[in-house]
Amino acid sequence: MREFGQAEVLFIIFALQWTLTLTALAFVGGGIAGLGVALLRISRSRIIRWLVSGYIQIVQGMPLLVLMFLCYYAPSLFGIELDALFAAGIALTLNASAFLGAIWESALRAIPKAQWESAEALALPQSKVLRFVIAPQAVRIALPSTVGYLVQIVKETSLASIIGFVEITRAGQLVSNATFEPMKAFVCVAILYFVICFPLSRFSQWLEARSPGRAKGTSRGKRSIRSKSPKTT
Amino acid sequence: MGYNFQFGVLVNYLPEFVGGLGLTLLLSLVGIFGGLALGIACAIVSVRGPLIPRVMVRVYVEIMRNTPMLVQIFVIFFGLPSLGIRLSPFVSVLLAIVLNNGGYIAEIVRAGIQSIHPSQVEAAESLGLTGGQTMRFVILPPALERVMTPIISQSVLLMLATSLVSAIGVEDLTGVAMIASSETFRTMEIYVVIAFIYVGLNFVFRALLNAVGLLMFKRSRQRLLGRA
Repeated sequence: MREFGQAEVLFIIFALQWTLTLTALAFVGGGIAGLGVALLRISRSRIIRWLVSGYIQIVQGMPLLVLMFLCYYAPSLFGIELDALFAAGIALTLNASAFLGAIWESALRAIPKAQWESAEALALPQSKVLRFVIAPQAVRIALPSTVGYLVQIVKETSLASIIGFVEITRAGQLVSNATFEPMKAFVCVAILYFVICFPLSRFSQWLEARSPGRAKGTSRGKRSIRSKSPKTT
Repeated sequence: MGYNFQFGVLVNYLPEFVGGLGLTLLLSLVGIFGGLALGIACAIVSVRGPLIPRVMVRVYVEIMRNTPMLVQIFVIFFGLPSLGIRLSPFVSVLLAIVLNNGGYIAEIVRAGIQSIHPSQVEAAESLGLTGGQTMRFVILPPALERVMTPIISQSVLLMLATSLVSAIGVEDLTGVAMIASSETFRTMEIYVVIAFIYVGLNFVFRALLNAVGLLMFKRSRQRLLGRA
């Protein structure tokens, strides 16, 4: 039996690179696919909108764990043996694309219609309207939730441990099995997640507090507007 | 693709699947309503309570929101016995689910309470309502009504997250699927079926919770039906 010491902690910390790799894979892949989902959701064709909406409902409606099993076992139907990293990466990408797509769709929809119309009146082609008029405004709206969802992705990578991918949760299990010190091992894992997620959560909250549309909505904002207006007029 | 889908073998597992579905429903409902109760209590403490409980609630909420539920389950099930607390798998996951959901709900409800205009509280004070009465009758009803949508989304996500309990061998819907697939090797069929059951549950939960919201809040009902 091994003691729970520095080597074990280092083993878990070393596995952090795989958690981060998986997070990056899911965030980049999910971001690209999510952008497609968001754009298709505001497409003019009703059939496309419905199909994409169905995709979002199905992916958001099944547990990530089940999605991960499907991605892990499905390729073997075609005789392909898929690495756990890629299976987990694909599952997380699909999952992230549905959630990020929904976030970004609502950001696109939050842009007033007049912006689209006036850009069209300037004879900008559709792609340039999106690129130069809509996207810069939508990004500011979507940023806080996107960072918030990144925290979600970091936590969701823990599920890859169930299909046997060695990231920090799996590393924690291995250490716990070798040392019979589950409390220390899993608390160590939890601390690592916390160290990554907490700053990101705070960053997301900070972004949200200073985002443009926010000041009007809060009660504090309302009150200050009311109390100031009599003096200025 | 040289693979024949054979759903026939699944029929033999029908009783297990029904049992697993029941357990998933039980875990979800206890998690949703237990978490709601815990979350509302924590939210009240975090806006009203004295400094030390407030800090404790803050720490609890941040820990729950910034660590994965799977790790929370592992700490409770594998970790607590070394402190002399030995819980059955079922009790551990129940505890983990309620604690996890409580953390999320606390943050949602806190936002709702803080969105209530201070003049409401002042009005209640001038009517001579006590602090407790103000919270119960003036602040909480509109606050909860305002955050009903995020609460429903969180509840549905929690229902999906109950699938994680299968990681420590609790036989919920996913747990039963894991057993069935290792016994029959009909992995794809089983997980496809399970996936659609969850998608269905997703709609059922959304509809039911929306109905609960409409029953609880007169104003949402009026908004839906028009001014009656």
